[in-house]
Amino acid sequence: MSNGTRSNGLLGWIDARFPLTKMWNEHVGEYYAPRNFNFWYFFGSLALLVLVIQIVSGIWLTMNYKPAAEMAFSSVEYIMRDVQWGWLIRYIHSTGASAFFVVVYLHMFRALLYGSYQKPRELLWIFGMLIYLVLMAEAFMGYLLPWGQMSYWGAQVIISLFGAIPGVGEDLALWIRGDYNISDVTLNRFFALHVIALPLVLVFLVVAHILALHEVGSNNPDGVDIKKNKDSNGNPLDGIPFHPYYTVKDLFGAGCFLIVFAIVVFYLPEMGGLFLEKPNFAPADPLKTPDHIAPVWYFTPFYAILRAIPDKLGGVLAMGAAIVVLFFLPWIDRGRVRSIRYRGLAYKLALALFAIAFVVLGYMGLQTPSDVFVGLTATRWSQIGTTIYFGFFVFLWIYTFFGLEKTKPVPERVTE
Amino acid sequence: MRKILIALAFALFSGQGMTAGGGGDVMSADADVTDTASLQNGAKLFVNYCMGCHSMKYMRYSRLADDLEIPESVVEEQLIFSPTKKIGDTMTNAMPMEMSEKWFGAAPPDLSLTARVRGADWVYTYLNTFYRDEERGLGVNNLTLANASMPHVLARLQGVPEPVLEEVHSGGQSKLAVVSVDTPEGSGTLTEDEYHELTRDITNFMVYAAEPVQAERERLGVYVLLFLIVLTFILYLLKREYWKDVH
Repeated sequence: MSNGTRSNGLLGWIDARFPLTKMWNEHVGEYYAPRNFNFWYFFGSLALLVLVIQIVSGIWLTMNYKPAAEMAFSSVEYIMRDVQWGWLIRYIHSTGASAFFVVVYLHMFRALLYGSYQKPRELLWIFGMLIYLVLMAEAFMGYLLPWGQMSYWGAQVIISLFGAIPGVGEDLALWIRGDYNISDVTLNRFFALHVIALPLVLVFLVVAHILALHEVGSNNPDGVDIKKNKDSNGNPLDGIPFHPYYTVKDLFGAGCFLIVFAIVVFYLPEMGGLFLEKPNFAPADPLKTPDHIAPVWYFTPFYAILRAIPDKLGGVLAMGAAIVVLFFLPWIDRGRVRSIRYRGLAYKLALALFAIAFVVLGYMGLQTPSDVFVGLTATRWSQIGTTIYFGFFVFLWIYTFFGLEKTKPVPERVTE
Repeated sequence: MRKILIALAFALFSGQGMTAGGGGDVMSADADVTDTASLQNGAKLFVNYCMGCHSMKYMRYSRLADDLEIPESVVEEQLIFSPTKKIGDTMTNAMPMEMSEKWFGAAPPDLSLTARVRGADWVYTYLNTFYRDEERGLGVNNLTLANASMPHVLARLQGVPEPVLEEVHSGGQSKLAVVSVDTPEGSGTLTEDEYHELTRDITNFMVYAAEPVQAERERLGVYVLLFLIVLTFILYLLKREYWKDVH
């Protein structure tokens, strides 16, 4: 299998014409990953697994789904009732959407824990952020397709946000919808984007993300550069080949994930209204606005930021900034130490606070703004959360730019 | 297992989703889609009392026959009233939409998914909170869905409950409001318990019809999970075997 010897037979024939063995070795067989990956390092491969689940289940859904306003809702019920195993495919896809965000949020949090976005992994991080951005568009457009009340009104609210942009706003919203309201035209184009355009972009970005990762090598819970210490063969002393070590480990991770996934698919497909919102079982009615419009849970942190600002344009800008600021994280954090294990106490506290604020924002985004929790309205809580969210980045820059951080010494080699 | 999971989900996400809309407490339907006898009775009651006006356009008679263990010949004889309908047809009725809007002020909604939108307990409570209200055109109102334009079709069985009025204070003002309903003994042909049982069967049937596969889904889940647990255990052993030479 080594690079020097040429294999014979079919593989040899292929290798003379296509770099199959070379690619395998580069990305799997001889890709050296740090040996100290922990729990947090499962979510990359799991995100890939969920992507495959979504593409495969999505293909089967399109075989029976009808992207037309008059038929969309009925065709989903047709899938649920009359198509063989249609209910299972649909629940796998709807659960997969939420699972994708669970896995991606944990994957991103891992990067914050261990400084995986720091030099030389800035571009890797940016590809990841682009994946996240496209994933949000993909999920948003997919949610319109069942053509339920929340599909319709959620899309109506979100697209109307573009109207807040001065000057071109209303025209832009009109251009996106293709109509003055969400309509059959909107449904058709969202279907096209959801099943072809965005998945293509997503797959392309995932490939770029993995290529960038394999170019610079994986980070690890110690934030140590394993390429600094190599054996006589030029392989990192603290590295192990991805295959078989991490393929078998990730397979075990996939097994654990699938158990949780199956529990949701078979026993909690609605997840108490979080994964499938109850009002979405009523067909879209352009004449009847629901009492309470809330996006699906994975958007609610940003929805809460939007609602925290009393001004519509201000809210839209804040929501956009909340995502844009993440792109700049590698340059906001000027610290030299990657892993939280060796970073200053203030960073640990700030990151914990940031994570709590994100969850609180997510919760408040589901509530009616005037609802009161522990003496404060949902709006007030959202404002506190928004302040902490942005405050984290301000703090991080000041903390690292002015050298205020007191770090611990980073070990030469990875620890057990 | 299922009960624990569902209880857990409710503990986690309670306080969202369910809002009663009207006054009064929400009653617990204790719906159980594995209770075939209840579902059969519910189906019978539904076609007799509800389907005159309401449809269940996503539900097929043949599916109902299969799932509720009713022979197709019995379904054709006792549950299909229209001579033009066949066993593979969906449960729609012959009421013209425009006419029904004229008669009731609003077209009776399709009930295929009502139990999924509103929840079983809401449906059950709704069926138990009609009360006499002479100001309404049909002589009844509903505590769960205020000013519902639906007659109390089960009045012969339950009787017509009387509203219980109480002083309610809100915003510094106090006014009389209906807080609950009370059925005079012997005003219908059924006792209160019998009526509760009957409305529970209807509710149960509506819960089943909103997602006919749910009992099958929960039955299958056990096998899928058992398989995955065994598979994951083997994968764990595989991982441990390979990782012996690391460190």
